[in-house]
Amino acid sequence: MAYGPRHRLLSVLVENKAGVLARVAGLFSRRGYNIYSLAVAPTDNERFSRISIVVDVESSPLEQVVAQLDKLINVVEIGELHPDQAREAELLLVSVSADAGQRSQVIELVGVFGGRIVDVAHDAITVMVAGAPEVIDDFEDLMRPYGIAGLQRTGRIALPKLDGRLSSMPAAPAAGIA
Amino acid sequence: MEFTGAQALVKSLEMQEVEVVFGLPGGAILPVYDPIIDSPIRHILVRHEQGAGHMAEGYAQATGRPGVAMVTSGPAATNIVTPLADAYMDSIPLVCITGQVSTSAIGTDAFQETDTTGITLGVTKHNWLVTDAADIPQVVREAFHIATTGRPGPVLIDFPKDIANSTMEWYWPDGVDLPGYHPASQPDPAAIREAAALVLAAERPVIYAGGGILKSRAAAALRELADLTGIPVVTTLMARGAFPDSHPLCLGMPGMHGNYTAVTAMQKADLLIALGSRFDDRVTGKVSAFAPRAKVIHVDIDKAEIGKVRRPEVGIHADCRLATEALVEAVKASGPVETGRLVPWIAMIRRWQAEYPCTYDRSEPANDKAATGGGGRRPTVKPQFVIETLRSLTPPDTILVSGVGQHQMWASQYWSFEYPNTWVNSGGLGTMGFAVPAAIGAKVGRPDRMVWAVDGDGCFQMTAQELATATAEGVPVKIAILNNAYLGMVRQWQHMFYEERYSEVYLSPDLPDYVGWAESMGCIGLRVENTEEVAPAIEKANEIDDRPVVIDFRTDSMEQVFPMVPAGASNDDIVVYQSQPGADRGARQ
Repeated sequence: MAYGPRHRLLSVLVENKAGVLARVAGLFSRRGYNIYSLAVAPTDNERFSRISIVVDVESSPLEQVVAQLDKLINVVEIGELHPDQAREAELLLVSVSADAGQRSQVIELVGVFGGRIVDVAHDAITVMVAGAPEVIDDFEDLMRPYGIAGLQRTGRIALPKLDGRLSSMPAAPAAGIA
Repeated sequence: MEFTGAQALVKSLEMQEVEVVFGLPGGAILPVYDPIIDSPIRHILVRHEQGAGHMAEGYAQATGRPGVAMVTSGPAATNIVTPLADAYMDSIPLVCITGQVSTSAIGTDAFQETDTTGITLGVTKHNWLVTDAADIPQVVREAFHIATTGRPGPVLIDFPKDIANSTMEWYWPDGVDLPGYHPASQPDPAAIREAAALVLAAERPVIYAGGGILKSRAAAALRELADLTGIPVVTTLMARGAFPDSHPLCLGMPGMHGNYTAVTAMQKADLLIALGSRFDDRVTGKVSAFAPRAKVIHVDIDKAEIGKVRRPEVGIHADCRLATEALVEAVKASGPVETGRLVPWIAMIRRWQAEYPCTYDRSEPANDKAATGGGGRRPTVKPQFVIETLRSLTPPDTILVSGVGQHQMWASQYWSFEYPNTWVNSGGLGTMGFAVPAAIGAKVGRPDRMVWAVDGDGCFQMTAQELATATAEGVPVKIAILNNAYLGMVRQWQHMFYEERYSEVYLSPDLPDYVGWAESMGCIGLRVENTEEVAPAIEKANEIDDRPVVIDFRTDSMEQVFPMVPAGASNDDIVVYQSQPGADRGARQ
């Protein structure tokens, strides 16, 4: 789910307490802000979690969204990540109809995208691909003609770039998530 | 020392120097009501949980200290949602404790179970579900800290019954542990310098003082700023009393029912100095047409208010008192203040004040039966006259409380406020039924002051059962019902905008019998039907100090609130008088 100009990515550090996600989601709902995608998980410090939110800023200015989020007591830190200053990734699981004749084509494409086969049946396979959201979009498009039986994306997660130290790192990691 | 959770909660409230709790017990909160018996904290037993919440609000608004309410789970918790929402809108510090079913029963649809923290998420500054008795002192300390600092507001602690019955080793925390909560305090010096430059250059400036002045105790700083710069001040509905109405620079209330001068001065201003105000829609009218030529300095402790409605030239995210004091210092530092440039502006303001005072038609209406809804003789007492007479017969520091509607606007317009925290009302949420319980709370907090509530007949009927609380607890509040037998403000809108098609607004002046109601609740009840009876009745009420008094003023039901800016219209389209040709202009727009 590559985003357009009306989408902005917020990285929100929150206290890892019961109900925090409800507070964040409730704020978006009652103030009429739109969430495009959202991913949440604990950080390396178990006291905190990080929420990556892609916000639709068509309906409300980002500055207002950030100021309102900042008022939530459990929100510790909010950063906006610009696509050119962030490392972004998303994970895709997709089950594709592929009989014996088509299977090798699909496996070839999975290889090109650095994905992995995680389940195989006579007439279908399930694959996992991780990478930049735009790359995941491309892969999804390529799978569509075979027939998609099930699909789940995680929504994007991101961290700021490390000040040029890894500036040569490819935008789309070659390897999937091992 | 080993405490039960219930004991720890009561002890924690004592540590926070709580002197009174407004509440009503029930199943899930029962354990806490046992140690309350032995606590020095006064408990006031209300008749309905909404009353507990509004009393805590009235207490907080009159004293500047947090109000505390305690009720049980389920229906009690939902009954107190309205006061929480009210306090959230008006930034009133409130700590609400609700009982909850035992942790093992949560989520099972147990008897009197509601998802209280979920329900109140959007109407509290923060809330907690306590899941370990050892957390109680920490949670209580954090609750009071959050309620009273930054932009004040209501918080809620949901307290399961098994946690109340379990034990913990008592301690009192050194401080709070809130990594995500850093309320603003000092203003940015560069922004203050920019603001001072705008203040010194403006030729038509207005100070737009909001409730933040009272919350931050900035009334003295505001007065110094006005006196130093000679800049006139409007006080919003939430800021009445923050700047004395008798001060020559006070223009009174702006907004939908503000006076002509306050509204027009903002419209014509070249600089608005917004101090703790939030550009509420009742103040701005149509936002795109509001103060179109004004630059804006906006001071607010809540960063989200700055630029929410109107983008300021200078935004100052800070405590209102500290920012106002810093602005005074910055203006002083620039040398002697030259106020000569403001002479034409002040002269224009004086002309508006002389030409368009806030006034009403004092002549008594004819006794036409058509105007009474068939109810016989039309009452002749003007509601505004009641407020004026009440003001003239009560001490200057009287605390005035109101409900919501026409009577509220008349109270704000015709009362002269001289001191901070002498006006208690429901501004943002517009909660009918606020006045009676809020007045009781105010009187509990300030027993030394005379407390009068001005209420409407519609409002009164929503919460007047709390008069039984007032009598039982010995809280001698005084209630003036402006009984026009209608839901008056709704009637006014139907008159102006629905071609006088009155739909479900007639209440009857006699049902209930307000005097009988008062007397049945142990109060003195008086009835006033003529203008000449107004002053003697108020004087009689003022002499009664051993029980509550209710006066049923039969007022002219045709009277409407003016000036008025029709909803959604520009403030330039203000309609000044009821009798003004084109006073129904709003209806045609």
